[in-house]
Amino acid sequence: MNIVEGLIKGDRRALARAISLVENEDSSKNEILKGVYTHTGKAYIIGFTGSPGSGKSSLVDKLVSVIRREGLTVGIVAIDPTSPFTGGAILGDRIRMQEHTEDKDVFIRSMGTRGSLGGLSRATKDAVQLLDAFGKDIVIIETVGVGQSEVDVVKNADTTVVVLTPASGDSVQTIKAGIMEIANIFVVNKSDLPNADRTRTEINLMLDLDNKKKEWRPPIISTISLTSEGIEELWEELKKHRQFLEEGDRLAAIRRERVKREIVDYMEHIIKSRLWEKISGTTLFEKTIEKISQRDLDPISGAEKVLERVNLDNHEFPE
Amino acid sequence: MSKERKIRVLVAKPGLDGHDRGAKVVARALRDAGMEVVYTGLHQTPEQVVEAAIQEDVDVLGLSILSGAHMTLFPRVKELLEENNAGDILLIGGGIIPEEDMEELKEKGYAQALFTPGIPTDEIVEWIRNAMESKTSSA
Amino acid sequence: MFKEDKLNEIKKERQRWEEETLPKFKNRDAKFVTVSSKPIKPLYTPEDIENLDYQEDLSFPAEYPYTRGVQGNMYRGRLWTMRQFAGFGTAKQTNERYKYLLKHGQTGLSVAFDMPTIMGYDSDHPRSVGEVGRCGVAIDSLADMEVLFDGIPLEKVTTSMTINAPAAILWCMYIATAEKQGVPSTQIGGTIQNDILKEYIAQKSWIFPPKPSMRLITDIFKYACEHVPRWNTVSISGYHIREAGSTAAQELAFTLADGFAYVEAGMNAGLDVDQFAPRLSFFFNAHIDFFEEIAKYRAARRIWARKMKEKYGAKDPRSLLMRFHTQTAGCSLTAQQPENNIVRTAFEALSAVLGGTQSLHTNSMDEVLALPSEKAVRIALRTQQLIAHETGVPNTIDPLAGSYFVEALTDELEREAEEYFRRVDELGGVLEAIDQGFFQYEIADAAYRYQKEIEENERIIVGVNDFVIEEPLEVELLKIDPETEREQARHLKELRENRDNEKVQKLLAEMQEAAKGEDNLIPYILEAVKAYATEGEIIGAFKEVFGEYKEQPIF
Ligand SMILES: Nc1nc2c(ncn2[C@@H]2O[C@H](COP(=O)(O)OP(=O)(O)O)[C@@H](O)[C@H]2O)c(=O)[nH]1
Ligand SMILES: [Mg+2]
Repeated sequence: MNIVEGLIKGDRRALARAISLVENEDSSKNEILKGVYTHTGKAYIIGFTGSPGSGKSSLVDKLVSVIRREGLTVGIVAIDPTSPFTGGAILGDRIRMQEHTEDKDVFIRSMGTRGSLGGLSRATKDAVQLLDAFGKDIVIIETVGVGQSEVDVVKNADTTVVVLTPASGDSVQTIKAGIMEIANIFVVNKSDLPNADRTRTEINLMLDLDNKKKEWRPPIISTISLTSEGIEELWEELKKHRQFLEEGDRLAAIRRERVKREIVDYMEHIIKSRLWEKISGTTLFEKTIEKISQRDLDPISGAEKVLERVNLDNHEFPE
Repeated sequence: MSKERKIRVLVAKPGLDGHDRGAKVVARALRDAGMEVVYTGLHQTPEQVVEAAIQEDVDVLGLSILSGAHMTLFPRVKELLEENNAGDILLIGGGIIPEEDMEELKEKGYAQALFTPGIPTDEIVEWIRNAMESKTSSA
Repeated sequence: MFKEDKLNEIKKERQRWEEETLPKFKNRDAKFVTVSSKPIKPLYTPEDIENLDYQEDLSFPAEYPYTRGVQGNMYRGRLWTMRQFAGFGTAKQTNERYKYLLKHGQTGLSVAFDMPTIMGYDSDHPRSVGEVGRCGVAIDSLADMEVLFDGIPLEKVTTSMTINAPAAILWCMYIATAEKQGVPSTQIGGTIQNDILKEYIAQKSWIFPPKPSMRLITDIFKYACEHVPRWNTVSISGYHIREAGSTAAQELAFTLADGFAYVEAGMNAGLDVDQFAPRLSFFFNAHIDFFEEIAKYRAARRIWARKMKEKYGAKDPRSLLMRFHTQTAGCSLTAQQPENNIVRTAFEALSAVLGGTQSLHTNSMDEVLALPSEKAVRIALRTQQLIAHETGVPNTIDPLAGSYFVEALTDELEREAEEYFRRVDELGGVLEAIDQGFFQYEIADAAYRYQKEIEENERIIVGVNDFVIEEPLEVELLKIDPETEREQARHLKELRENRDNEKVQKLLAEMQEAAKGEDNLIPYILEAVKAYATEGEIIGAFKEVFGEYKEQPIF
């Protein structure tokens, strides 16, 4: 397949196009993902999450400069919110990453959250795979920074960085517990502002309270992304965490878990669409719905009855 | 079964000046029309604009130019697009551009459409939608 | 201002009028709102100014709270300064122009810099391509500044420089040029715009993040107090905020909020408010909505005086006076039927004069399209002269005072501004509000609303969405002479070959060290400038310490 070949060969246009096709759920999506799969698994994936305005894009920008000094190539997926009313979006994360635009070894892709939460996490995962197959050494995901969807999105990452700031209203308590728990590294950005120390202390207290015995205690790094302070340290800690994961089979286990989730996901997806293909518009299905509506039948029995007559492996549908 | 395809547009503001009022109003109108707008910020070079357009795989690239440098910027951006095998990205623009320059830019294919200040944003939305339609139906 | 029983009577009568008389007249189909979308009532009466206290709220010209004007006799003493701003090409070309103007009686010079100078890039930087000398003069080093003022006695002229992010550097070049002429810095006078806050908010010619930028500004305050006492250190500008699409109330509120932020910064840097506040001046936009603009200027003077006295404890009357320059609204001009712009500009200029401006720039009718033609520039100037000498408007002071409508509008704008100050305080101050995109969002929203009103024909712009005629856009665009760029590049090459490079490197390193600490940076910049370090080199050295600002994506 043309586009896959191009992508593997390092054609940026092919990569960009492939991401669109996959994101748009184009009919060629499965072919593309199948085609690149054997080329994936080499990139190290880092997720950045934290509330909007905490400085994620600025941090990523500065971090990329440090990573590039080691000669590693970088792919970035930056997510911004889609308007639920119009379906449109303004994607502005690139503004903070201008310096890398002309560096051919950095590829930045902006994505809107679009429709469903599950859809976003799938689209992110797919885009990451394409960047991986393209040959990027490091792939960074920057999330929008609101809500539960974050957790799903960063599940695609090997190391998750949670960004906090000393600013009012962003104190540790206000952060969803789910997000605090996925952190492998904490960053207190905007440490030039007052109360940075207090934020550190709060995180430390919270980590102390966590009585589950952990092999990895998330380090807390103070940064000022405006002046690059703390960025080198962040990169060092990222490398340490990677090393930690690569010791023994932790990383392998994480990735196995991810593969498992993925294949289950796909199976569910395939079953769903096959099922839908078979039943939609059929008289049996319509009649069953009618019966349930009339209270002649309950939905559970209805579902059982329909499924009894459907053979998902058989493309013939019994009328 | 493929979902409705979203139109992606890059709105770029080349040059050193900070006159982004028009670019921002247009970006917002396109978003409100359901498009995905990548905004790269002020002070962009043509190289940065084209590279961003490629990475973002946009359908349309819109340049807002008020500095008077349109006769150098449009040809340069077009040239870079073509060098990068991305000549199919629709190149449009807006700003203060005299009639005869507009004619010349369009005639030579350096820009597919140009919009002067005061033109309703709806017209820009319409133009993009139509252009995308004829592009996909001919493809 | 009115006795209670009288007021009650008026109120009763007004209600009767509204019920009996007014309904007999049908309104035409239009929205009665200002250009800022502020609703306007059909009639204003004494009721609308019932709380107005003449002494407290208006008082007399040149007396607190200065609502009626900052000079005792206003234009009966001296007309406003008609200051038209210009600049182009190389330092040598502009120098010739200045000499010509001085020979013809002008005493003040106004320097427009090109975009690379404004953004801190040398003329040979890749980002400068195509922009060198285009909208102003290109200045890379002290060598250019020396040429710019060659043969011009800097103890005799005053110079206004429209420069912001790199203001400290160009100011140092000016000081050094004067010194070379044998003129001590205590004797030079002029203005630098130096208003970085409105750059973040609206005009977007920023370089460093807000904090180090503010430090450079307070360093200038301190240095000026001691060494350059006749210099106006900031011209706090609402002009660009309005051009970016704000409402009148936003222009007023955001500009004054910026002003207070500078006052607080100066005080936090250890200065007494009366040491530097008298050297602060303002720059407003004259938009097309006549009465709203007049009310804006009057409210601005009153708010400034009150806050400076009550909140900041200023004692020197000069700290309380708001002096301001005005420019007619570039954004109100249309590319269609450009002659109509003469009329727009005339209304706008008249509002500025009725509002008591100290100086005025009137736009040329073709400014929206291109470099103004000589004839257009002349008509723009003549517009001011017409107001001054034919209309009779300057004969009396603040002629619209006491108008129910204008006073009510003045009060309302003051209230709206106070409300914005409160919101900015809640966010933690101007810098915090900028960081959170507060101003930018408010402006973007107003601009978008305005655009929508035009597109939906709720607002008529003559020649644009009504009274349209088919005519081609005829514009003559400024052709850049590529020679300017080559010449500047050549100068730079020579400069870098002939100066003491070791010394330059040493001074830049010392300056960087100082930037990491708390020393006043002006003496360091001055030394680097005198050794012929270029603007780009100095900015580059600071960028390494301060970082660079990136805009907030706000729509
Ligand atoms: N004071 C301060 N401001 C910062 C710092 N890092 C980022 N910012 C500012 O915070 C705002 C939001 O930054 P951005 O990177 O867009 O945040 P994101 O929404 O999390 O991606 C911008 O105005 C940045 O300039 C920092 O270290 N200190
Ligand atoms: Mg971001």
